[in-house]
Amino acid sequence: MAAPIDLHEVAEREREEQFRTPLRVHVCHSTSCATAGSGAVLQAARDLAEGDLASSVAVSPTGCMGLCSAGPLLRVVERGGGQHDYHHVTGAAAERIVRHHADRGAAVPEHRLDTALPFFARQHRVVLANAGEIDPDRIESYVAHGGYAALERALTSMTPEDVLDQVRRSRLRGRGGAGYPTANKWALLAAAPGPVKYVVANGDEGDPGAYMDRTIMEDDPHRVLEGIALAAYATGARHAYIYVRAEYPRAVERLDRAIKVARRNRLLGRRILDTDVDLDIEIRIGAGAFVCGEETALLASIEGRRGTPRLRPPYPTERGLFGAPTMINNVETLANIAPIVANGGDWFASIGTPGSTGTKVFALAGDLVNTGLIEVPMGTTLRDIVEDIGGGMTEGHTFKAAQTGGPSGGCIPARYLDTPVDYDSLRALGSIMGSGGLIVMDDRTRMPDVARFFMEFSKDESCGACAPCRAGTVQMHHLLTTISSGRGRRRDLRDLEHLCAVVRDTSLCGLGQTAPNPVLSTLQYFRDEYEALIAPAEGGHG
Amino acid sequence: MSDTALEAGASASGSRHTVDPGRPEHPSGDDRFALVDTHLRRVHDAQDQLIETLHVAQDVFGFLSDDVLLYVARALRLPPSMVYGVATFYHLFTFEPPGEHTCTVCTGTACFVKGADDIVADVATAHGVHVGDTSADGRLTLRTARCLGSCGLAPVVVLDGVVHGHQSPSGALALLDGELGGVR
Amino acid sequence: MAERVPTVPITIDGVEMEATAGETVLQCARRHGVDIPSLCFLEGLSPVGGCRLCVVEVAEDLRLRPACATTVTSDMEVTTQSSRLRSYRRSILELLFAEGNHVCAVCVSNGACELQDVAVRCGMDHVRYELQAPRRRVDASHPRYVFDPNRCILCTRCVRVCDEIEGAHVWDVAHRGHGAELVTDLHRPWGESTSCTWCGKCVASCPTGALSHQGSSVGEMRHTPDMIAWLVAARRREWTEREARR
Repeated sequence: MAAPIDLHEVAEREREEQFRTPLRVHVCHSTSCATAGSGAVLQAARDLAEGDLASSVAVSPTGCMGLCSAGPLLRVVERGGGQHDYHHVTGAAAERIVRHHADRGAAVPEHRLDTALPFFARQHRVVLANAGEIDPDRIESYVAHGGYAALERALTSMTPEDVLDQVRRSRLRGRGGAGYPTANKWALLAAAPGPVKYVVANGDEGDPGAYMDRTIMEDDPHRVLEGIALAAYATGARHAYIYVRAEYPRAVERLDRAIKVARRNRLLGRRILDTDVDLDIEIRIGAGAFVCGEETALLASIEGRRGTPRLRPPYPTERGLFGAPTMINNVETLANIAPIVANGGDWFASIGTPGSTGTKVFALAGDLVNTGLIEVPMGTTLRDIVEDIGGGMTEGHTFKAAQTGGPSGGCIPARYLDTPVDYDSLRALGSIMGSGGLIVMDDRTRMPDVARFFMEFSKDESCGACAPCRAGTVQMHHLLTTISSGRGRRRDLRDLEHLCAVVRDTSLCGLGQTAPNPVLSTLQYFRDEYEALIAPAEGGHG
Repeated sequence: MSDTALEAGASASGSRHTVDPGRPEHPSGDDRFALVDTHLRRVHDAQDQLIETLHVAQDVFGFLSDDVLLYVARALRLPPSMVYGVATFYHLFTFEPPGEHTCTVCTGTACFVKGADDIVADVATAHGVHVGDTSADGRLTLRTARCLGSCGLAPVVVLDGVVHGHQSPSGALALLDGELGGVR
Repeated sequence: MAERVPTVPITIDGVEMEATAGETVLQCARRHGVDIPSLCFLEGLSPVGGCRLCVVEVAEDLRLRPACATTVTSDMEVTTQSSRLRSYRRSILELLFAEGNHVCAVCVSNGACELQDVAVRCGMDHVRYELQAPRRRVDASHPRYVFDPNRCILCTRCVRVCDEIEGAHVWDVAHRGHGAELVTDLHRPWGESTSCTWCGKCVASCPTGALSHQGSSVGEMRHTPDMIAWLVAARRREWTEREARR
C-alpha cells in the first residue's frame, strides 16, 4: 500500500509553482466556454507559455468563471495579486492580451471585463469558490486551495458525531429542491443498523435549464468526493455511489479520474490517510430519464432497473439501495460539506437567512443581458439577481416573470421581485427553490405557452407507473394546447384546474405531485392571459 | 503539463472497449460481441450492471438490436422482457441504426425561451424528417434533448457531437447544409 | 387454535374497529365490509399503489395515502369517503377510460369487469376528457390466450403474478409515461414466447378485458383473480403445515 498523500507538502509545492512566473493565465474551459471556443484560446496561451514567454507566463485551464454568455473567458493573474478578466476571447486575442501583459505589464482595453460589475461583486462563492481558480484535472490544484484539509481533520481529530454536529449547526438544507434538513437525513443513516449502508450523490440534474451540478462535478470533482467522504464518515457508510446523467460525459470523465487519483493518494479506498476508515466510490451513469432525480427512482436505476419511483415508506434510510439503508444527497449539498467542516457550521449559518442558510448556485438564463452561473447568499432578492447581477432585460424589453424550480416550480411576476430567494418565500409564492434553474422571461413571453412547455416535459418524463400522472399530464397538455391555440372553452379551463388538483394530490411521486405547479402559478398570476384566449363565443374576454 | 507524479497513470481512460483474446467467438462471427464480453467480465456479470452494459453495447453497435438485447439478457441471466423494459424506459437507447449525421436540438427551458421550437420545426420541414427519426435517405437523424446545460449559449444545436451556440433557424439550416454538402 | 394475533384500534369513516397489527388499511376495511375501490391491488401480490383509486385521508396527514400500502397504526383515523375523494376517484377513472378503448358493449369482460364495476360504484357516468383512442395491435398469437393492449390499464397484476408467483417473468412494462405498454419477452408475439409456461395466472388476474381466453365472445370472459391469494397460501404450505402441527 502506497503512503498517503502529504497534503501540506503538496500544497506548499503547488503554491511555490504558482509564484514561479510573474503571470498566470487562467482560461475558462468549462463546457459553455469550450463550446464557445476556449480550446483555441487555451492553445494560443500555451504556445506562448511553452515558447518565448516560458519564463514569465504559466497557463492553466480552469472551471466556470460564471459569465457564460460572454465566453470564452480569460483571466490574467499577476504575482502581486492583480487580476484582469477578458470576455469573448479568441485565440488571436489571447495571444495579443497575454503578450501585452508580459511585455508592458499592463491590461488591454479590448475584451476587458470589469470585475467591479455587480455580476461579480454581488456574488458570494462558497460552492464555486474554486471554479475559475483551479485546474479540475489536478488534485494538487485542489489541495493548494485547502482541498482535503477538512477530511484530514475530520478523520484525525473529529468523531463522526462531531462532523454530524457541524452539519447540524450549519442548518444546511438539501439543494436538490425540496430543502429537507441535511443533518436530519444524515442522522437517520447514522442511526441505521450496519454494517452495509450507502451514501449516494445525486448528480442527475434533470431540470431543463439548470447546469449547476454539472459545473460542480466538472470543475471541482474532488470537492464532491471530499463531501461524500465526510458524509460517509459521519454516517458509517463504506460504499458510495455517484449517479450522473449520461448527458454529462465530461463530468463522468472528470469524476472517474478524480476517484482514481484520490484512491492512489489514499484519500479513498482502504485505510484512508492511514486511519481505520474505508470508503469506495463508484460512478453510475443514467440513460436519460428526468424521473431518476426522484430518490427511489434513482436507486432503482442504480440497481439496473426501470427508473420508476416506488411507494414510501419504507424510506431509503430504512431500506434503500440493494435493500440496505441509504442516504441520497444532491451534489451541490455535498459540495457545501467540506467548507462547513473546515470553517464550522456556525460560519455557514451566518450566511443567508435563518431559515435558509448558506448560498445557492443558480443557472441564470433567459432574456437577460448577463446569463451564466451565479452563486448568491440565500435571501438575496429576485430584483438584485435580475437587475444587478443579470444586468436587467435585453434592450427594449421589460421583465415579465422569473421561473424557478423548472417543471416542478412556478412563475413569479414583477410585483414579487423584492421577494428574498429562500425555500419558504418561494414556496409561499407557489413556486419552489428547485435545484437552481432560474429563467427570466420578458414581455414577449406568453405564459400559457410556458405552462404548456413544462406540461409537455412532464408528460414525456412521467414514468407511467401511476394513473393520474401518466394519463393526467396527457389531458392537461391537451387542454393547454387547446387553450393556447385560442380554441379553448370556459369548460376547458375549469377541467384544467380540476385536473391540476387531482394530479397534485393523488400522484405517487414528486414528479406527478408537482407537475401542475407551472399551470397553477401562471393561472394565479397571469390568469387574464388564459381568459383572453378563451373563445369569445364562450364568454371569454377576447 | 498536467501530468505530474500524483496524476500519472490516471489518464488511461481511452481503453474502455478492448477485445479480450481469451473469450470464444460469438456464433454470428461478429467480433463486436467480444467487446461486450470484456465489459461483462469486468463487472462479473452483475445484474445491476444492466444499464452500463446496454451503454457499452450501444457504443459498440450504434444501436440495440433484438439480437444484442437477447445476448445481454442471457449474459446477465435476466428475463428478456425486463431487459426490453429497461432499455425502452431510457431516452438514450435507440433501436434503429442512426443516420449518417445526427442533429440534436436542445429544447430545455432556456433554449425554449429563445426559440428552439422554431429551429426544430424548420429543420424537420427542410429535411423531411420527424423528431426521433431518420430521413428516408438515411442522411440525417433529428433528435431533441432536454437541456444540454449550455443555457448561457441558448439556443443550442449539436451536430455530430459538436455543440453550436446562439443558433437561429436559418443558422442551423446553413450549418446542416455545410455538413451534409447542401445536397438533398 | 392458532396463536392470537395482536390487534390495534382504528377508526374508519367514524366507525371504530379492530385492525390486525401489520395489515393495511385496505385489508382492514375490506374485512369489515367497507368498500374502498382499487384496481391494481390483488391479495397475494406485492402492492404497487399505481392506480391511486384507493387513496384515503388519514387524520393529521396532509397527503392522501394509498390504502393498499398504508399499514394500520394504533388510533389511526381514516376517511375513505369525502366529496374530494369521490371527485378525485371519478376523475382518475375518467382518465383511465379516456386512455384506452373501453367500450363495454363489445368487450369480452362486459358484466364481469372490475374497471366497469368500480366505475359504476364510483358514479362515473361520463368522460370529460379527450379520448385517446389508441390503436395498438391485438396479440392473438398465443394458442390459449389473447392480449388486447387497448383495454389494458397498466395495473401490472399480470407482471407481478408472472414474476412473483409463477416465476417466469414473461411480462414487463416497456417504454414509459403515456407510451408505456405491456410486452412479452422482447416485444415479440406472445405465441412465440420462449418463457411463457401457459399457466394462465396473468389472465386470471386481469381486472379488465385486456387478457382473455381464446374464443371468448362479448361478455363471456370470467376472470378468477381470487385464486391468486389461495395459490399464495398453498405455496406457503399454510394448510399442510397446519395439519402437521395439529
